Amino acid sequence: MPECALTRTQFHLLQTESKDLLAAQKLKVLVCAGTGCVANGSMKVYDTLKAACETRGLNVCVALREEGGENSVHLKKSGCHGFCEIGPLVSIEPLDILYTHVHPEDCEEIIEKTLLGGEVIDRLLYHKDGQAYQRRDDIPFYKLQHRIVLRDSGKSDAEEILEYIANGGYSAFEKALFEMNGEEICKTISDSGLRGRGGGGFPAGRKWESVRRNVSDVKYVVCNGDEGDPGAFMDQGVMEGNPHSVIEGMLIAGVATGATEGYIYVRAEYPLAVKRLRIAIAKAEELGLLGDNIMGSGFSFHMHINRGAGAFVCGEGSALTSSIEGKRGMPRVKPPRTVDKGLWAKPTVLNNVETYANVPQIVLNGAGWYRSVGTENSPGTKTFALTGNVVNTGLVEVPMGTTLRQVIYDIGGGIKDGKKFKAVQIGGPSGGCLTEEHLDLPLDFDSLNKVGAIIGSGGMVVMDEDTCMVEVARFFMNFTQNESCGKCVPCREGTKRMLEILERIIRNEGELEDLDTLESLANTITEASLCGLGQTACKPVLSTLKYFRNEYLAHVVDKHCPHCNGRKRHLEINPKLCRGCGKCKRNCPMEAISGELRQPHTIDVTKCIHCGACWGACPFGAIDAIEEEG
Amino acid sequence: MDASNAMLQRVEEIIDSYGCKRENIIAIMQDIQAEYKYLSRETLEKIAEKLGIGVAKVYSVATFYENFSLEAKGKYIVKVCNGTACHVRKSQPIYDGLREYLQLEGKQKTSADQLFTLETVACLGACSLAPAMTINDEVHAKMTPESAIALLEDIRRKEAVQNA
Repeated sequence: MPECALTRTQFHLLQTESKDLLAAQKLKVLVCAGTGCVANGSMKVYDTLKAACETRGLNVCVALREEGGENSVHLKKSGCHGFCEIGPLVSIEPLDILYTHVHPEDCEEIIEKTLLGGEVIDRLLYHKDGQAYQRRDDIPFYKLQHRIVLRDSGKSDAEEILEYIANGGYSAFEKALFEMNGEEICKTISDSGLRGRGGGGFPAGRKWESVRRNVSDVKYVVCNGDEGDPGAFMDQGVMEGNPHSVIEGMLIAGVATGATEGYIYVRAEYPLAVKRLRIAIAKAEELGLLGDNIMGSGFSFHMHINRGAGAFVCGEGSALTSSIEGKRGMPRVKPPRTVDKGLWAKPTVLNNVETYANVPQIVLNGAGWYRSVGTENSPGTKTFALTGNVVNTGLVEVPMGTTLRQVIYDIGGGIKDGKKFKAVQIGGPSGGCLTEEHLDLPLDFDSLNKVGAIIGSGGMVVMDEDTCMVEVARFFMNFTQNESCGKCVPCREGTKRMLEILERIIRNEGELEDLDTLESLANTITEASLCGLGQTACKPVLSTLKYFRNEYLAHVVDKHCPHCNGRKRHLEINPKLCRGCGKCKRNCPMEAISGELRQPHTIDVTKCIHCGACWGACPFGAIDAIEEEG
Repeated sequence: MDASNAMLQRVEEIIDSYGCKRENIIAIMQDIQAEYKYLSRETLEKIAEKLGIGVAKVYSVATFYENFSLEAKGKYIVKVCNGTACHVRKSQPIYDGLREYLQLEGKQKTSADQLFTLETVACLGACSLAPAMTINDEVHAKMTPESAIALLEDIRRKEAVQNA
C-alpha cells in the first residue's frame, strides 16, 4: 500500500485552517469569470482592479493562504452567477453588494467609494421598475431560485480548492469513505430519488447499484460533460464555477461502486471548463484527495479529462465511451448496458455533470433532505439555461415542479420588447415546443414527457410571436441531420428526407400531403433508430405539427407565412403603365388576368397564385406587388 | 530542415507525449491541430505509423469529428454561433454578411488572402450574449452583421500595418 499524501487527521486540520482563513478575510472582491462575463470583458475589469488597488497601496491577495494584514483586499475570480445578461458582474463581500455592467472605467470609483469608503454606488446596482437592488438574492431573478448545484457559483473562487474545502467541500467524500459502505451509499442515492440530469431521468442510485454488484477487476466512473444541445450551458456553468463538486461526486461514485478510474468528457467548445477542471484535478492530486490510498483508506482514484471534438452524438452513452477509447463516436446496440459493459467493456457508472454535482450534498444532508425539495417523483432541483426572446437570460436553478410560467415570467421577466409569448422549446433537438396552454405545467420529468417535450439537459429557449415555428422545426432537423452519425439507416436517411421536406415547406413549395409524410417518417425514425439521438430527433417536428399546425398550413396552403415572408402581398397591374399588350395574360398559368387588347388589364386576386410569371413577362414594368394592410 | 520536416518532428513529439497510446488519438490530433490549424496527409500517416494502426483508421476518426480539418485554414478562425439561442436572435444574417464580406463562394471557407476562415458552431454556451461569435476562441457578444464585419475589418487593417 503506497503511503498516503494526506491523512484523515491532516484533512480535518486543513478544513479548520481553510475555514479560519476564509473567515479572516475582511474584504473580498469577486469578479465573475464565467464564459459570459469573460466575453463581456470581465478579465479586463479584474486586471484594472488589481492594478488600481496596488497603486493605492492596498495589499492584493489572490490565494486563500495569502494573508495581507490590515490593508488587504482578496481579489477572486468567481464562477458564473448565472445572470450573464447584466455582466460583467462584481460582488463585494461582506458588504453584500452586487455591481452590474462593470467596466474598467468604473474600477477607480469602486475602490474609492466602496472598498475604502464603504459606500454603495447606486449607478452600478441592478435596477428594475425604479428600484435598486443591492443584494444579489433580492433581485427577482434570484429570489425564486433554489440553488443546490449552483450554490457556490459566483460566491466563491472557482480555482481555489481550499475555499471549496472551507465551504464544506470533500467532507461528503470523507463521510462516504470512512463511515459508509458501497451498499449504503447506493441506497442513500436511491432513497434520495436523484434522477439523471442529462435527459433520460434514469434513477442514479439504481445505476450505481448495478455497477456495484457487477464483479470486475476494473470499473470506471465517467462524467458526461458533452453538453451538446444548442442553447444549453448549465453544465458549463457547473464545471467552470464549481468543478470540485463534480470531482467529489465522481469520487463518491467510485467509493460506492468500487471504481478506481474517472473520466470527464467535456465538449471542445468549453475551453474554460477544461481549464478549470484541469486546475481542480491538479490541486486535488497535490493535496492527496485524488491518487493512491486516499487519506489512508486504501481507496485509490485517478481522474482523466477527455476533450470532445465536435460530435453531438457523443452525448449518447455508448458513443461517448467509444470516443474516450479513441474511436469514432458511434452508439452501439444495447444491451449490454453501460453498467455492465461500458468503457473498455467494463462496468461503468455514467452520469452527467449536474447529477454528480448533486451527490455531495445528498451524502452530506441525507436522502430525506433532498426529497424535501421538488416533487414526489422528481426530487431536488434542476438547472435550466433560459435563453431566447426573454428579458433575463441566464442560468436558473429551481425546484422540480416549478411551473414554466414562474420560470419565464417571474424569473425570466417575461418576453423581450413587450412582445407576446408564443412557445418555449425545452430539451434541445431531442425536446419539443410547448405553447401558452402549457405554461402552468410543473417542470418535472414525467409531466413534460406526457405533452411531448422532455426536461432534457435543461435548455429552455423562449420564442416570441414573431417566430415561425416551421423554421424552428427546420432548424432542429438541420442540426440533428448534421449530427447523425450515419450508423443506422432510419436516422441517417430519414432525417435527411425530413429536412428536405421542411425546407420545401419553408420555401412555400410544400404540398398538404407533405405533412402526412413528415408524420409517418417521424414515427418510423422514432421507432427504428438505434440510439437516443434518432429516437428523439423528430420531437421538434412532431410537437410543432401538433401545436402549431396552422403555421405549417400557412406555408403549404396559403403559400405565405406572415413571419417568414412579411405582410401578405398581392399583384396588381398599374393602369397608367399598362399598354394592354396581353403578354401577361398569355403567360399566366391560372388564367387570372383579363382585359381587352390595348386596354389596361386586371388580375383576379382570387385566382392568382403569386407565381410572378406576369411580372417577368411585362415589358413596361406595370405589375406591382402591393403590401396588404394588417 | 524545411518546414514540413520540422512539423513532422513536432508531430512526433506530441504523439510521444501521449505515450503512443491508441486511445489518445483524439487528444493527439487536437494538440496537433491547435498548433498547425489542420491535419495534413503526412500528419495522419505519421500518427498511423506511430500508433501502429492503419491510415484508414486514423482517417476515419479525423473525418468523424467536426472539429478536425483536413484543409489548411486562415490565420483567424471566425466561428459564428448557430445554437438555438443565437439562431432565434438572428445569427444567420451575421454569417451571411461575413460570407459576403469575405467573398466566399460555394463550399469555400477561407478567404482568398488566407487571413480568415469562416465557420459555424453549434452553441458556444454563451447564450446569454446571443448572437455570439468567436475569433480565434475569443468570444464576442451581441453581434450584428455590421459589428461583425467591423471586427474583421479591424483585424485586416492591423495585419496590413504589420506587413507594411
